[in-house]
Amino acid sequence: MRSPKNVALSVLLFCASVGAWEGLVRLFEVPAFILPPPSQVALALWRGFSSGLYLQHLSHTLLETMLGFIAGSALGLILGTAVALSRPVEFFLYPYIVMFQSLPKVALAPLIVVWFGLGLTSKVINAALIAFFPLLVNTMVGLRSADEERVSLMRSLAASERQIFWMLRLPNSLPFVMAGLDVAMIFALIGAIVAEFVGAQKGLGMLIQSMNFNMDVSGQFSILLILSVVGLLLNRGVMMIRKRVLFWDPSEKERIDQERVSA
Amino acid sequence: MAVATEAITVRHLSKTYATRDGAVAALERTTFSVGEGEFVAVVGPSGCGKSTLLKILAGILASSSGEALLRGTLIAGPRRDIGVVFQSPVLFPWRTVLDNVLLPVDVQRLGRQRHEQFGVDLLALVGLKGFERKYPWELSGGMQQRVAITRALVHDPAMLLMDEPFGALDAMTREHMNLELQRIWMEKKKTVFFITHSIPEAVFLADRVLVMTPRPGRIVDDLVIKLPRPRPLDVMTTPEFGTYTRHIRALFNVKGGLDA
Repeated sequence: MRSPKNVALSVLLFCASVGAWEGLVRLFEVPAFILPPPSQVALALWRGFSSGLYLQHLSHTLLETMLGFIAGSALGLILGTAVALSRPVEFFLYPYIVMFQSLPKVALAPLIVVWFGLGLTSKVINAALIAFFPLLVNTMVGLRSADEERVSLMRSLAASERQIFWMLRLPNSLPFVMAGLDVAMIFALIGAIVAEFVGAQKGLGMLIQSMNFNMDVSGQFSILLILSVVGLLLNRGVMMIRKRVLFWDPSEKERIDQERVSA
Repeated sequence: MAVATEAITVRHLSKTYATRDGAVAALERTTFSVGEGEFVAVVGPSGCGKSTLLKILAGILASSSGEALLRGTLIAGPRRDIGVVFQSPVLFPWRTVLDNVLLPVDVQRLGRQRHEQFGVDLLALVGLKGFERKYPWELSGGMQQRVAITRALVHDPAMLLMDEPFGALDAMTREHMNLELQRIWMEKKKTVFFITHSIPEAVFLADRVLVMTPRPGRIVDDLVIKLPRPRPLDVMTTPEFGTYTRHIRALFNVKGGLDA
């Protein structure tokens, strides 16, 4: 797909839609507090970055997201491993984990802010709580999905359960774990922003809230734009790690082969 | 009976599985022995209990009654002096070919440094020189199975247990692998216990063929194959070869157990 012609077309399509947006807003004289033209959004973006305001809040949100992602993933990995390896843990703990998961986390955010304050901690906890479940489920399924024949082979070699875990089950679960990390990364960003909406002193979510009160719609648009780009970059980051770690995974190879064919 | 020279001794071995429709006998009062360095093939249709037999010998399945001994000692679990080859290669895709071969060395902590060169030499023996750093998925099915055989040999076990190792390969590759296996066996002089559902494969490879019929699985004949070695593929067209295969096939027809 990535031929020069298609790249040119893609750029053209982007310019055309932005141009149409600008033209239509001007033509029908839509007020800026309903739908600002792209030029205004770009201006807001420029002001926000040149004043250093956006960078300050962006770095804060990123910090919350990354800390939440790391904490949530670690928790998911550990709990998932415990549930996968121990029947008692699964029996006694798993129902509560599922119940907790079916709870809408957005509804939990106000409580967390009350408990942990307006600072960094409440955001990290909220991000971690949302990020942890995909890791938990995927680790669990991944660790249990080891091929029966491979387990037989390990047993025939007189391998201990510990060796079967480290040499077979763990590497075997990595495609699942990486898929979980993929989702958890975006979930962590959502968790951080939601908690900032509820109450924060810093961060892009808080900035959106205050802009909303001031009817600064082009400002809000500019931040939405930043958030979507950040989400994309975070996702790309995880994918890059995935490609490194899972060079042997059939689905990953397929993707690489496809890229090779289309290149 | 001189027990010490017997690689495998099986006496009145039975295995029943509990199923929803009651107990099913997979193996009934089976008795046979395999001498040190002997190549013994077990031939039978699917479901005759030959894989059950191999799993018991490999120590990954407990028998219901009777006893099975390897080199005079009772099998009480997995052992380090055997190498097992399954129907599929069962390679780990995250390990290179050489690392796959060295898996038994890693599991049994035999020391990588001492065995690495041996692994490389073995790979050369099976015709995979230069493939050490490749990954399994870069290899064809026949090559993958050769890696599996190499892995079964790397910790220098006293015997090889092979469960339809070439069953998943196409006919041409299979014949080639039969030749290779004969060559490796003649060079390494290991005891081989080889399970197959192909009568010609059994006759071509083995010193002795045990014929099994299903439900319940039992051995109905123990046939010594007196064909000179090394056997070329052409041996399959000789009258002697035909006599052996006809004899075995007739046993299945009488028992009504032939399902192919």
